[in-house]
Amino acid sequence: MSANQDGTNLLEVRGLTKIFGTLTACDHIDLDIAKGEIHALLGENGAGKSTLVKMLFGSLEPNAGEIFWNGQVVKISSPGVAKKLGIGMVFQHFSLFEALTAAENIALSLDDGSPISSIAAKARALSFSYGLPLDPESLVGDLSVGERQRIEIIRCLLQTPQLIILDEPTSVLTPQEADKLFETLERLRSEGKSILYISHRLEEVKRICDRATVLRHGKVVGHCNPREETASSLARMMVGNEVQAVVRAPVEGIATAQSLLEIRNLSRKPATPFSIPLKAISLNVRAGEVIGIAGVAGNGQGEFFESVSGEVLQQDVASVRIRGKDAGGLTITGRRLLGAAFVPEERLGHGAAPRMKLSENLLLSRHATDGKAFVGSGGMVKSGAIQAASQRIIEAMDVRKSAPDPEAAALSGGNLQKFIVGRELDRRPSVMVVNQPTWGVDAGAAAHIRQALIELSRSGSAVLVISQDLDELFEISDAIAVMHNGELSKPLPIAEATFEKVGLLMGGAEPGHAEHTLETA
Amino acid sequence: MMRLELVKRPQRSALFSALSPFIAFALTIIAGAVMFALLGVNPLTAFRIYFIEPISQVWQLHELAIKAAPLILIAVGLSVCYKANIWNIGAEGQFILGGIVGSIIPVLFPQFEGPLVLPLMLLLGMLGGAAYAAIPALLKTRFGTNEILTSLMLVYVAQLFLDWLVRGPWRDPQGHGFPQTIQFNDSAVLPELMPDAGRANWGFVFALVAAVLVWILMSRMLKGFEVRVLGSSPRAGRFAGFGLNRMVFFAFLLSGALAGLAGISEVSGAIGQLQPVISPGYGFTAIIVAFLGRLNPLGIVAAGLVLALTYLGGEAVQSALGISDKVARVFQGMLLFFVLGCDTLIHYRIRLIGLALTKPEGAAKLEAAPKLKEAR
Repeated sequence: MSANQDGTNLLEVRGLTKIFGTLTACDHIDLDIAKGEIHALLGENGAGKSTLVKMLFGSLEPNAGEIFWNGQVVKISSPGVAKKLGIGMVFQHFSLFEALTAAENIALSLDDGSPISSIAAKARALSFSYGLPLDPESLVGDLSVGERQRIEIIRCLLQTPQLIILDEPTSVLTPQEADKLFETLERLRSEGKSILYISHRLEEVKRICDRATVLRHGKVVGHCNPREETASSLARMMVGNEVQAVVRAPVEGIATAQSLLEIRNLSRKPATPFSIPLKAISLNVRAGEVIGIAGVAGNGQGEFFESVSGEVLQQDVASVRIRGKDAGGLTITGRRLLGAAFVPEERLGHGAAPRMKLSENLLLSRHATDGKAFVGSGGMVKSGAIQAASQRIIEAMDVRKSAPDPEAAALSGGNLQKFIVGRELDRRPSVMVVNQPTWGVDAGAAAHIRQALIELSRSGSAVLVISQDLDELFEISDAIAVMHNGELSKPLPIAEATFEKVGLLMGGAEPGHAEHTLETA
Repeated sequence: MMRLELVKRPQRSALFSALSPFIAFALTIIAGAVMFALLGVNPLTAFRIYFIEPISQVWQLHELAIKAAPLILIAVGLSVCYKANIWNIGAEGQFILGGIVGSIIPVLFPQFEGPLVLPLMLLLGMLGGAAYAAIPALLKTRFGTNEILTSLMLVYVAQLFLDWLVRGPWRDPQGHGFPQTIQFNDSAVLPELMPDAGRANWGFVFALVAAVLVWILMSRMLKGFEVRVLGSSPRAGRFAGFGLNRMVFFAFLLSGALAGLAGISEVSGAIGQLQPVISPGYGFTAIIVAFLGRLNPLGIVAAGLVLALTYLGGEAVQSALGISDKVARVFQGMLLFFVLGCDTLIHYRIRLIGLALTKPEGAAKLEAAPKLKEAR
C-alpha cells in the first residue's frame, strides 16, 4: 500500500515488549498500520499474536516500547482507553448472553444508558448498511455462530472505531459466511477504517490483506505484501522452515472393507436448553479409511462425540457398533476394550487432567486396555511401565517439554495434543474417533498429527475425524460428511467434495437436496 | 471505592504448599498469645502449660497417643473423601455408630468371651461406621442431595440414638441408674501397648497402619489414581471411564469404616463401656487434622499429634490457670482458619481494585467484559 509512505500511519508500534517470567512473549515488536488498510498479523500459536493484540487493546501492560496513535504517544492502560481512542476488537470467542436478545447484548456493552429500542434501531440500520443482516430482537441462543459474530462486529462498529482488530474471525464460519465477512471488511477499508486481521489461514490473508506482519517466537520476522507471496512462502516465514506436506495414499478395495465403526439411527435428546439434539445419525467407517465430519461449531459435534465415545450411553444398544458388536450400552471403558480410542476436543480437564503428570495422564485412558502392562497384582500401578510408555509416546510424537515428566498443564497446547493423540495411537486402536485433532496446534505439529492419523487408517483401522477446519478435512479425509443442527449428511467421497458443496451443507442446505444434485451432476 | 478480588495464580508455589501448615501453626501461636494476653495471662506461661508440660513425661505421651489415635484414623479416611471432592462432614456420627455396633457383643452377650471377641467387635465397628456413612452416599447418588448437609445432620441423629440407648434399653441394671452400659469384660477390652509405661492402647497402632495403607492406596494404586482424577477433574475422570457414583460409595464406605474402627477402639480401649458421650468432637477435629496434614496420610499422623496436644493443653490450662478448656476449641478453630487461609493464598492472590478512579464514567464496567473473554 502507498498510504503508509506519506506519514499517515494510524498506529505505530515501536519496540513493544512483554515478558512473562522467563518467557519473552513479545520481543521488541515494530508494527505500522496505515489508514485504510487491512493488515494481517500472521504467526503460529504461541508466536505472540494474542499478547501483542492484548497490549494494543489495553488488557495487558507492555514492559517496554511505545505506541503511537495518529503520531502521538499514547498509553493504553485499559480497554476503556482503547475504545476511547477508537480501537475496537472482535474476539475469537464470543461473550454473549444466550438468553438475551442481540440488542440487549449490545446495550450491555455500550452501557451509556440509551434505551434498548434506539440501540436496536441503530444496530439494525448499521447491520443492513454493512451487509450483515441481523435481527436485533432475536435471542442469541437461537442464532448461528456466524450471526453471533455479526453481533460482536456490530457492537464494535457502533462505537465508530478507527481501527478494528479481528482475532481469527473465520475460524467459526462457513466459507459462504466468510465471503460475506470479507465483503464487509472491504467496505470498511473503503471508508478509510483500518483493520488488523489475525489469522493463520494463509489463503484468506492473501485474498483480503494489503500488508502482513509475520511473528515467530515473539519477534517480527518479516513484513510483506501477501498478494506477492505464495501460501508456502508465507508458511515458511511463519514456521521458519518448510512444513511437511501431508501425504494421503489412495485406499484400495475400500468398498469391500469391513465396517469397524457403525452408527445407526443415533438420536439423542438435548441435555440442556442450549445443547443440540442428535437426529437419526447414521454413518459407517470402514477399515482403512478416514471419514471427516465438517460443520460449524455447536451443531451437535460435542454431543455426537460423547455418544460415540460412551461418556453418554444409548438406549438403543445397536445405535453404536464397534467391530461388529453392539456398543451402545457399553461405557467408554467397554468401548475401549473393543478396540476403540477417543480424543476429545478439550485437552485440559477432559482429555487430560491438568495437574497430573504426563505418565499419569497416560494411565487415564489406558488403565483398562493395558491393564496387564500398567497395573500389577492387587491394583498397584507399575510406575516404571507407564514412565517407559509415556517416554515412548513423547519420542514418537516429538513432544517438547521442560521437565522429564511434567504436569499436563505445563505443556503448550500443541505439545499436549501431540501427547494425547500419541497416547491413543500407541495402542494401535482399530477404531479412532478424534474431535478437533489440531485445534490450536501449530502447523508443524498439526502436519505430524494428520499424517499419523492417515497412517493409522492405512494400517487397517477406521478413523473418524470431527473438525471445524475444512482445509484439514480436505487434506486427510477419504470422505466428508457435514453435521448441521444435529443432523449428519451422507459422506461425500473426497473426489466429489468441493469447498462449495461442503460449505452449502454446513450452512444448512437440505442434505437430501445436496445428495440429489450430486447424483445428477 | 475499593474492591478485593481473588485472582488465580498461574503457578502454585511448591515451597509454600509444603510450608503452609507451619505458617498456619505460627499464626495460630501469635493469635493465641494475643488471646491469652487479653485473658490476663502471661502468654509464655500459658504456652508452656499448654504445649510443653502435657508432653514432658512418658505417661503423658501415652495420653497423647490415646487422643491422637481416633483423630488420625478418622482423618486418614476423610482425606480420601476430600481428595475425591466428596465432603463427608459426618465422621462424628460414623464414629458413634461404630462404637455402638461394635459394642453389641460385650453389651448384649457379656458371657461370650475368648480371643474371637475383640476382632469381631472391631469388624462390627467398621461395618457400623460404613453402613452409617452409606446413608449420605445413597442419598447423594440417588437423589442428588448435598452430602455436607446429610452427613452433618446424621451426626445429631447418632448422638441422640446413643443417648437413648445408654439411658434406655442398654443401661446397666446394676448401675444405680447412671446412664451407661455394663463394663466390658476383659476379652472385650482393647489391650494396652505397654501397660507399665502408660495407657496407650492398640488403637494408636491401628491408626499408624491405616495411615500407611491409605498412603499406599493413594500414591501407588489405580484406585487412588481414580480418587485423585475424579476429585481434580471430574470430566477427565468420566473420560477415563471412572464412575463418580461408585467413587461416592467407595469414599464414604472407607471413611465410615475407619471412623467406625476409631469409635469402637475408643469405646473398648479408653472408655471400657458406652456412655452418653463417647467423643469430645473427634469427628469434627479430624477435619482439621486432615487439612493440616495436607490430605496426605503421613502428614495426617503428624497433624493428629498436634491436634491431640490441643486437647491435652486445654485440660492443662484449665487445671493450672483456671481458663476454660474451651480454649482447645478456639485453638483448633484458629488452626483450621489459618490453614485454609494459607491454602487459599497459595492458589490465589489478592488484588485491590479501585473503581472508576482514573477512568471516565462507565469505562470500568466496559472493561469487565473483555476480561471475561480473555479468561476463556
